[in-house]
Amino acid sequence: MQTLREIASRRELFVNLTLRELRSKYKRSVLGWAWSMLNPLTTLLIYATVFGIFLRVEPDVGDPSGLKNFAMFLMCGLLPYTFLANGLNAGMTSLIGNANLVQKVYFPREILVGATVASWLVSFLIELGVLALVLAFFGNIVVPWVPVVLLLVVLQTMFVTGIALALAGAAVYFRDLQHLLGLVLQVWLYSAPIVYPVALVEGEVGTSGWKITLYNLNPLTRFVEAYRDAFYHLRLPPLDDLAYLVGVSVAVLLAGWWAFSRLEGRLAEEL
Amino acid sequence: MSDAVVRADGVWKRFRLYHERNQSLKATIMRRGRARYEEFWALKDVSFEVPAGSTFALIGHNGSGKSTMLKTLARILRPDKGTVEVKGKMSALLELGAGFHPELSGRENVYLNGAILGLSKRELDRRFDDIVGFAGLERFIDSPVKNYSSGMYVRLGFSVAINVDPDVLLIDEVLAVGDEEFQRKCLERVADLRASGRTIVVVTHSMQTVRSLCDRAVWLENGVVREEGEAGEVADAYLGQVQVDIQQAEAADPSSRWSQLRITQVELLDSRGRPTTRVATGDAVTFRMHYEAAEPVRNPVFSFAITTPDGMLVTGPNTKEAEVFVDKVEGEGTVDLHVPRLLLLLGNYDVTVECTNDSVTHSYHRWSRALRFDVVPGVPHETYGGVVSLDGRFSIN
Repeated sequence: MQTLREIASRRELFVNLTLRELRSKYKRSVLGWAWSMLNPLTTLLIYATVFGIFLRVEPDVGDPSGLKNFAMFLMCGLLPYTFLANGLNAGMTSLIGNANLVQKVYFPREILVGATVASWLVSFLIELGVLALVLAFFGNIVVPWVPVVLLLVVLQTMFVTGIALALAGAAVYFRDLQHLLGLVLQVWLYSAPIVYPVALVEGEVGTSGWKITLYNLNPLTRFVEAYRDAFYHLRLPPLDDLAYLVGVSVAVLLAGWWAFSRLEGRLAEEL
Repeated sequence: MSDAVVRADGVWKRFRLYHERNQSLKATIMRRGRARYEEFWALKDVSFEVPAGSTFALIGHNGSGKSTMLKTLARILRPDKGTVEVKGKMSALLELGAGFHPELSGRENVYLNGAILGLSKRELDRRFDDIVGFAGLERFIDSPVKNYSSGMYVRLGFSVAINVDPDVLLIDEVLAVGDEEFQRKCLERVADLRASGRTIVVVTHSMQTVRSLCDRAVWLENGVVREEGEAGEVADAYLGQVQVDIQQAEAADPSSRWSQLRITQVELLDSRGRPTTRVATGDAVTFRMHYEAAEPVRNPVFSFAITTPDGMLVTGPNTKEAEVFVDKVEGEGTVDLHVPRLLLLLGNYDVTVECTNDSVTHSYHRWSRALRFDVVPGVPHETYGGVVSLDGRFSIN
């Protein structure tokens, strides 16, 4: 409780650190903020070409939107994944990268991790905004579903922050966690219906049984499906999915925070 | 004491000295366990209280735990046992400009650093001009700090930190930054804070600082409180120990134990020739060293050096430069330095003596801080500080 109150009293610091991350991210590049668009755009082009054209992955048909477009289908899953990957990567190194700060000034260290995740959240929100515009161009008017997406963004931010907190604390003790995270993220990308529809998996393992249950336990699967429900299909995600996501996000955030507070004690010495 | 604003209560802090440090999962798994390390206690049951509005010094040798204590007060380190309590807004000057981002402009960094130190945007808006003015960086405030010189960097860092307007200020010997003009401004600013009733805790090696700035002090040795009390007394006790240590080291050093000539005693004599350790400004005094030459020593040069307790050399006359020559000394004898009017001001001073060869390249015997003496106010009467009177004459026209 005391930590919470302390963090609340340092809102300005949180905002400042987030701005610092954002400014320094693009300050040195000629293209500046355009990079934040260029990166997902390149990924989109590669995946759309490889999976949509060469491998002919059939995207779901929007129900009830009627939209059938692999690039749009892909983006609804790829953007949340990118936020997850960037948030975890940057959040994990936030303590190591700011060692001089941690060793010389006191403030609740959670703020560093939170601000780093928040800076990627800003990028994510901008990307979602662009996606909404492009979707409108394809005839998907997403406006009524924006509140649902915002709820999902809040939940996903909690989810990412929770994992990032645990990773940031652990990375101080084990520096090679970064390489491990790279592997995990790659597996995670293909273990969720991002570059392919769920129907493809169901075609292999059936719509019931432990395999599909296991597949659906992956929070990223549910997140991607929920984002897609709102933006691609233009429908409300199933309430049990939402309930699951709320449960997972809250649990992950609390667990990550607990882990962080356990690791925090000797941070300044071990860095 | 109920008015203590900073309180350390039975603080223990343990560090790990790693023999093999596993900073990777791979190494941890291969070696089946975490690193091998020794534990050592940097602070052992340290307790003290700092009354509100006082200036408090933490002193001790390198590695005595004083900086660890300060970092514990600043909440950067967490004690393993015991508690640390600081009431009110705290600002720590452990490193200036910590958290500056090289790519960002000075302006952006002021806001960032201010926020790190706990200032709100509105407070910063109000103080921004003061901060920049104090650092003297008006012209450069919008260029990235990576283009700043190191002096500009610390000046801005200090300026932000001092403008936090803390109730409790923790300082780790960072006052020695910038040019002299800036140092003077810093000291004035600290004195202002002190005068306005803020509590200051300072880690320092300078006993001059302790005496002139501090009310109380704690002397830490190997993580244990060796002495706590009135600043001047603790500083004296500490310096006394330093002196003993030096003498023991010299006694243990074979090169100084024996040579052809040895200085056996150093005295300060008052105007009537009586040994004393307490004289007044303006007194006639004589410094005397006794030597003992086992073999004849040709063309020896004798010197006296007078230093302040924190090591500043005040003066260091020798017989060669004074053109007082002796062809040869043998057996026992004395060397006198007669001072008709001692122009040292209030304070403690140490006398170091040495005898060298004619070219001052070989030392027969050097005795550091052989004698400590006090100077009390006399004539010329000056109480503004400093170590020496110029004995000038004023005229107002």
